[in-house]
Amino acid sequence: MALLEVRDLTVVFQRKGEEPFRAVDGVSFDVEPGQTVGLVGESGCGKSVTSLAIMGLLPKRGAKISGTVKYDGTDLLKLSDKEMRDRRGRDLGMVFQDPLSSLNPVVPIGLQVTEVLERHRGLSRKEAMIEAKNLLDKVGIPDPNRRLKEYPHQLSGGMRQRALIAIALACRPKLLIADEPTTALDVTIQAQILSVMKELVQDLGTALVMITHDLGVVAGLCDEVNVLYGGKVVEKAMRHKLFAEPRHPYTHGLLASIPRLDAAPGEKLTPIKGSVADNIPWEHGCAFAPRCPNALDVCVQVTPPEEDQLGRLLRCHNPVVPGTPAAEEVPV
Amino acid sequence: MSETLVSVQDMKVHFPIKRGVFIDRTVGYVYAVDGVDLEIKRGETYGLVGESGCGKSTLGRAMLRLNEPTAGKMVFDGQDFSALKGEELRKMRRRIQMVFQDPLSSLDPRQSVESILVEGLRAHDLDKGKESTSKRLRELLSAVGLPSTALRKYPHEFSGGQRQRIGIARALALEPDLIVADEPVSALDVSVQAQVVNLMEELQEQFGLTYLVIAHDLAVVKHISDRVGVMYLGGLVEEASAEDLYAEPLHPYTRALLSAIPVPDPVVEDRRERILLAGDLPSPANPPTGCRFHTRCPWRQASRCDTERPVLRELKPGHKVACHYAEQIRSGEIQPHEVKPILVEEGDGLSPDVPLVGPASVTEALNP
Repeated sequence: MALLEVRDLTVVFQRKGEEPFRAVDGVSFDVEPGQTVGLVGESGCGKSVTSLAIMGLLPKRGAKISGTVKYDGTDLLKLSDKEMRDRRGRDLGMVFQDPLSSLNPVVPIGLQVTEVLERHRGLSRKEAMIEAKNLLDKVGIPDPNRRLKEYPHQLSGGMRQRALIAIALACRPKLLIADEPTTALDVTIQAQILSVMKELVQDLGTALVMITHDLGVVAGLCDEVNVLYGGKVVEKAMRHKLFAEPRHPYTHGLLASIPRLDAAPGEKLTPIKGSVADNIPWEHGCAFAPRCPNALDVCVQVTPPEEDQLGRLLRCHNPVVPGTPAAEEVPV
Repeated sequence: MSETLVSVQDMKVHFPIKRGVFIDRTVGYVYAVDGVDLEIKRGETYGLVGESGCGKSTLGRAMLRLNEPTAGKMVFDGQDFSALKGEELRKMRRRIQMVFQDPLSSLDPRQSVESILVEGLRAHDLDKGKESTSKRLRELLSAVGLPSTALRKYPHEFSGGQRQRIGIARALALEPDLIVADEPVSALDVSVQAQVVNLMEELQEQFGLTYLVIAHDLAVVKHISDRVGVMYLGGLVEEASAEDLYAEPLHPYTRALLSAIPVPDPVVEDRRERILLAGDLPSPANPPTGCRFHTRCPWRQASRCDTERPVLRELKPGHKVACHYAEQIRSGEIQPHEVKPILVEEGDGLSPDVPLVGPASVTEALNP
């Protein structure tokens, strides 16, 4: 049995006087220990809401969550607030996107790390401080003794993100959810942080859920990749398979629209036409149909079912035939 | 075509750090741009890359004199742009337009698209009668791929990609020679980025524009640019054609930067060797002596690197690099070594030798 089993996770936001909005729509995936699973998609595809739902961080009012999130056999969605508090930080760690707004600005870094250690591992303040120093050292913060006494604003962006990772790792959680952990950082710092995370997965056997919009990060880090569009998983495969042969027109289009560093000179980009605003609701067909170069009549009438094709899950009526170059030039 | 349109000579922008309540006392400077020379030829796209805080945006703004440069000048089409004043400067500005990063905050939310586009035309007396103006506006919108119904709408009614198109149309309206685009696509989703990048390329062909593209994403810059300049802590460290720079980066920083960019291909990713840089970017208020990069450079040598600042020199035709040991690194004579990260001081980054005289705020002055 997998460490984390997400089945049919659905999050509906209900606001007074407005149509309910399905941010996440029947998402299912498994994460094994020592495995990295990626959730990829553009803004508004529901990737962050998925992570917040797993961690139980969505507001009780206004957000309706259904489905199951089984961690080691227990359904996290059925736990009480108190039980969930005991698990967060101990079994489940989370790294957020913006380290400046997720660290407390008026509390020194050291206290923010020891807080977790005292709460979950029952260490004394003194023991916790020693442990905190080791943690900062492990994630590559120079001169940790001094850094423990400093406040978040005194650290650079990369150092803050490392501190956040140190806090998430303080209790050696079996599952770590990283929500765009490197988006706010420069590429050279991103490379440092990703290598720290890779080591953790290898050395401690942590299960990692990596949420990002950057297909490059996914290609280097994740074992399995879930591509999300409009709240549904549209394609799921192991990374080598997914990148070598993207079958869903959205995945295919994404890969064709990214300028690659190793591309031949003069190579043209093939953008996906329109924007997320053109989506149609999944109930009436495929949300991606209005932007899809492969769209057929059936795409706007029938919701495509999820099909299993030799270890690849695909939700499409008319998938890309392997070997096709990019879709025809779309008029701008 | 190889005629020089823009020539920047020894451009410097130093921002003073001030202390004191009643009397401003300058206690130091942030050396945002510190001696940059570059040339942009007519019709080419020059890409300026670097990480946040390297001074690339400040350089772009200083060239347009949105920030007055501390020293140095920019010669635009044979005229000294830095020496222009008043009406002459205003007239010249028509020929240099800018596209900003965040299309929502750079468009006035209370102006319709029509009024946004007409504003520039009026300011430069290009608004010759109702009919010709409305024809011009329609041309502009169709050039950037927006329907003419967009004229009556307001910026909030558009998606991010469409707003960036409006920003580009605004720049195009005045028929500029040079467009400075500061991070034109970094606020957009990947699928939309490609639309804007392609649009910019098409417009360049159509109108013979010259671009200065400032961005942190080297893949985007490599795609769109003819020549690329890499900046680090206020100075250019390498300049070459886009292909050359990627095929054979000569400066250690460029090498690290290139190796850090993820490629969306697992086969490539698994094979790649990463040069991980130790530590953070030093503060531009207190830059390292000698070569700015020596504190993080895996190829650093015992002599010269920390004492003498390397100048940009041409190592092979069209490929300039600012490194004392570029040849030896290229031939493999010098091998990279381990670098210990050095603590970078955040905050104002003042050197500890500067005495902070005077109170720092009014409350401090009143309650000593």
